[in-house]
Amino acid sequence: MDENTIICRCEDLTLADIREIIKKGFLNPQEIKRLTRCGMGPCQGSTCRELLLREVASAAGKSVGELEMTTFRPPTKPIKAKSILMGVDNNEN
Amino acid sequence: MKTKAEAVIIGGGVHGCSIAYHLAKKGWKDVVLLEKGTLACGATGRSVAGIRHQFGTEINVRLAKESVKRMENLEEELDYNSSIELLQNGYLMLAYSEEELDLFRCNRDLQRNIDPHNMTEILAPEQAADLVPGLNLEGLFGASFNRRDGHASPFHVTQAYADAATRLGVDIHTGVEVAKVKKEKDRVTGIITTTGQEINAPIVIGAAGAFTKKFGEQVGLDIPVVPERHQVAVTEPLEMILGIMVISFAHGTYFKQTPHGSLLLGVGDPEGEVKDFNERSSWQFLYDVVQKTTFHWPALREVNIIRQWAGLYDMTPDSQGIVGRTPVDGFYLDLGWSGHGFQLAPAVGQVMAEIISGETPFIDVSCMCLERFERGELIPEPACV
Repeated sequence: MDENTIICRCEDLTLADIREIIKKGFLNPQEIKRLTRCGMGPCQGSTCRELLLREVASAAGKSVGELEMTTFRPPTKPIKAKSILMGVDNNEN
Repeated sequence: MKTKAEAVIIGGGVHGCSIAYHLAKKGWKDVVLLEKGTLACGATGRSVAGIRHQFGTEINVRLAKESVKRMENLEEELDYNSSIELLQNGYLMLAYSEEELDLFRCNRDLQRNIDPHNMTEILAPEQAADLVPGLNLEGLFGASFNRRDGHASPFHVTQAYADAATRLGVDIHTGVEVAKVKKEKDRVTGIITTTGQEINAPIVIGAAGAFTKKFGEQVGLDIPVVPERHQVAVTEPLEMILGIMVISFAHGTYFKQTPHGSLLLGVGDPEGEVKDFNERSSWQFLYDVVQKTTFHWPALREVNIIRQWAGLYDMTPDSQGIVGRTPVDGFYLDLGWSGHGFQLAPAVGQVMAEIISGETPFIDVSCMCLERFERGELIPEPACV
């Protein structure tokens, strides 16, 4: 695959970026996420999570299922602060 | 893994890694660091990682001064080829009463007494609003500000120490959990991991935050530390609109913008939190953080929140760290930083290495010893949240 392929769209990370951090010895998706921000953008890894896991799995000689998955964090979708505030008002009513 | 070492460090947060580096730099050849998860996966990585001179006790002012200085040159000192993402544009502390502003004045005087070059200044509300465009002035009495303060990436700072320590010969193992600290008579003799592996060592250093309490119990020490959950919300990345870190002790809130563009919005609920090891996010927090931070900064209403996380403070009765030797020979502690530990790791790591090497530390931290709680010699830090 072309190394310039974008893996994480939100954080602008290419396959080359991911391979570079793997080459440094990082084979835990959580660590890679924290050091590169892969999956920390507005889409919360909905595209890149699987791509990252696949790349790490092949480097580690493991199956994707054997890897530690990165944490899924709430809220599920981006939500405006003022929408949350409106929820606070409704709660109090 | 080795079965013998000169010293075993429990905990791969920023303090554990800084101790490892400083020991190795002093020439210790056989140091092992054990981390049950990944480096910085606990309190370190979950902190908002502010860095400041603005403290209210002499010991913290001294530790902070040295630590900030090191953070400024950390990439060079540790030969780290990524960035620690240090943003050093200042740290603003909002005062919502005259008493609070008086406290900030007192703290500034203390800081100036210790360091004539300290840049902390007291600002009028309007001057604070110049730094945070659109800041709500309602109820604001003034602020304390130091433009040499800032924030960094806790992951990169920890990794930088870990990489440097590894190059100097420290064995760092992640995914290895310590089950027990071994003791014979009055001294420690090593550790046993959860998988039954033993490392014999005359020195064991507890740097595992609130988790260190159980190791204390195993060697007969009562370490008065409890975990307390604090949470952070992250916004979508925005253009740089906030160069500084902002904190309000009255509301328990703090926020900053990372170099990458996301705003991090934090708030704790010390009264409401059950003191356990729950590190999960809560939906109630989202209400709380949005209400409080949009009060300070109404423009935030229009911003998207994209994720949230939670982490644990390691709280002590006086909100101060526990540092140095203990009544059990060979057992040393570096924990209990109560929410302001990340930034002090550079100086504390060196202090710990000096104490463990039997030297007089370059900053006297004897007031932070474990025995202070028994003696009733608490050193409450007024400037923390």
